[in-house]
Amino acid sequence: MDSILLQILNGLDKGSAYALIALGLTLIFGTLGVVNFAHGALFMIGAFCAVSLQRLLNLSFETIDETQKDFLGNPLKVKTPYVEAWFGPDVGAWIIDWAVPLALLIAIPIMLAVGYIMERGLIKHFYKRPHADQILVTFGLAIVLQEIVKYFFGANPIQTPPPDALNGVANIGAALGMDIVYPVWRIVYFCFATLIIGGIFAFLQFTTFGMVVRAGMADRETVGLLGINIDRRFTIMFGIAAAVAGLAGVMYGPINPPNYHMGMDFLVLSFVVVVVGGMGSLPGAVLAGFLLGILESFASTTWATTTIPGINQIIIYLVAIIVLLTRPRGLMGRKGVMED
Amino acid sequence: MFGLDKKDTSLLIVVALLTLLAPFILNPFPTDSGLAQFNAGYPDLMQRFIIFGIFAVGFNILFGLTGYLSFGHAAFLGVGSYSAVWMFKLLSYNILPAIALAVVVAGLFSLLIGYVSLRRSGIYFSILTLAFAQMSFALAYSVLSNPKFNLTNGETGLQVYNDDPQILQGANAPDLPHLFGLSMRSTYTMEVGPWAFDFNAGYYVCAVIMMIAFYLAIRIFRSPFGMMLRAVKSNQQRMNYTGLNTRPYTLAAFVISGMYAGLAGGLMAAMDPLAGAERMQWTASGEVVLMTILGGTGTLIGPVLGAGFIKYFENIFSKINDSVLHGWFAFLPDGLEDAVVTIIHPFVGKGWHLTLGILFMLVVIFLPGGLVEGGQRLAKWIRNRGKTEDKTSGKTEPAE
Repeated sequence: MDSILLQILNGLDKGSAYALIALGLTLIFGTLGVVNFAHGALFMIGAFCAVSLQRLLNLSFETIDETQKDFLGNPLKVKTPYVEAWFGPDVGAWIIDWAVPLALLIAIPIMLAVGYIMERGLIKHFYKRPHADQILVTFGLAIVLQEIVKYFFGANPIQTPPPDALNGVANIGAALGMDIVYPVWRIVYFCFATLIIGGIFAFLQFTTFGMVVRAGMADRETVGLLGINIDRRFTIMFGIAAAVAGLAGVMYGPINPPNYHMGMDFLVLSFVVVVVGGMGSLPGAVLAGFLLGILESFASTTWATTTIPGINQIIIYLVAIIVLLTRPRGLMGRKGVMED
Repeated sequence: MFGLDKKDTSLLIVVALLTLLAPFILNPFPTDSGLAQFNAGYPDLMQRFIIFGIFAVGFNILFGLTGYLSFGHAAFLGVGSYSAVWMFKLLSYNILPAIALAVVVAGLFSLLIGYVSLRRSGIYFSILTLAFAQMSFALAYSVLSNPKFNLTNGETGLQVYNDDPQILQGANAPDLPHLFGLSMRSTYTMEVGPWAFDFNAGYYVCAVIMMIAFYLAIRIFRSPFGMMLRAVKSNQQRMNYTGLNTRPYTLAAFVISGMYAGLAGGLMAAMDPLAGAERMQWTASGEVVLMTILGGTGTLIGPVLGAGFIKYFENIFSKINDSVLHGWFAFLPDGLEDAVVTIIHPFVGKGWHLTLGILFMLVVIFLPGGLVEGGQRLAKWIRNRGKTEDKTSGKTEPAE
């Protein structure tokens, strides 16, 4: 029982990342009808927002400390980060420690801006072009973004540790009388993802803006004829989708050190998630994300890998193929989406 | 000639001449001159031009004619490579059975994948092929290389070892891939003054195979079958309403292009008896898409041009480092020289992929027809400049 729960938990954090990226992909596809191959790159840019903030906060100046001496008797040089000098050592150390969660704050405006610029500058011109062209141009953009990040940050993964308070493990089964020891940050990630997903759904469901967007998804032309500037709202939705991917990336850094090709690794799987969930269905994307994450974690158990070697590597693709052959619209796909 | 009309025959002859004389054409600079680094006439690179040319021509039969964008074609290339190396391991280093098996296995594999993926079209198809290719990559990389059943040799890559059976390998046959004793590595170097031209057996084997593959592609493009595929591209729904089942046609196109990819993979193994899983990764699939788009989708010569273009610049650009740049801009004042080098630096050397990505985006945005369309536009512009007055009015474009 404990081990089953543990596997479900294991699946939840990866599933959260899948769900968040797939949610953004579906938002873009549902509103603008564009398949965004650069969405993985947005996830990666988010992760590198955290990396940059961490580096920025660690910028330091050197002072000569007369009280400490090295073994030759010379005074030691001590590095002090600027933030510690400005806000005092305690607050400064706290800020550096909490770099990853703080990066969320800078990632939101950056990702909104990136999404806005991307939509207005590039994708806008591709609405009338065939889907193949949209795939190709966003694919090219993904390569460019990836290479730019590689140029500035190098090819190796960069460690982004979580805050000390959220590092380490906790026995979360204690309250239930079970023994489930689990890394705290992964639980944080799952809660964070749930929060974002809930926020997006609430935003679409309960605000006027969300209502108009949903109406636009159902029938863009009619909404336009009613005198509503639907393009503008869709652009904002693109920005929000980019921000969701970026935030997912920021928080994923401590789980898996970011490198420049992490986006593409996730993108391929997220596409599979979208297809399994049903193109254009937001709940489907989230459901399929968590489902496939959990399935993957079950397939990674020793029992599964000894029964069928390597099942953990291919399970997601196998499921996708089976789903597409039996339910071509995916788990919760709507009729009439992408059926031409 | 060969059942082609006059225009296609001349195209075929031009391509044949270009490939046969490539060692001369690609080596325009004397070996000791400073421009020698732009020479591309060495065997390894020329073989890659040809092999990727075949790959792109095959991809174009699917994408250019039917409009189905496959993002998983590298899987067939990898399967071809693996089966060729297995032939080397089991039979002998003769390349004919290896290439034959590569084509057959890739064909069967693409039949399987095509049968499943072609149930969906558009984006679904792209994603499905991508998923299949990634699955094949995962299979080859880890799953099929366990000690009990080692088909792919995992990360190391499949290669021929001394204790392999090689039951047909003759006593005095070369210990390298060969064609009835003619080693693929044997190279004759002709020195004319300061120039050196390499004539490589492997290159010419590839070239002959490519000519055959190219000829077949022309025949497919001009056949009623090719016409049917184009009809699928322009309006599949209407085809279905006329009571015609398009799936056998698209499946045939998919299998043919898969076999081209297998042929390319087999040739790759024949030139260098190694097969690794990274050949199947989605970046490799993306590369062939780039080649086809860059050259010109749906044209005969476009994919070959695109493949040559990308492979040439990949080699040349990645060789340019800072010291070479400083050499070029030495005539500028010092500060300006450094500034120019700093600006160019991210785009050359290891940053070649950045240049490729930007180039690819520009082509997709401004020149959807690729290099071929660019050439046509240029030719039209030059022709029209001569006779600005007589604008041919009422000129109709043939419907797609």
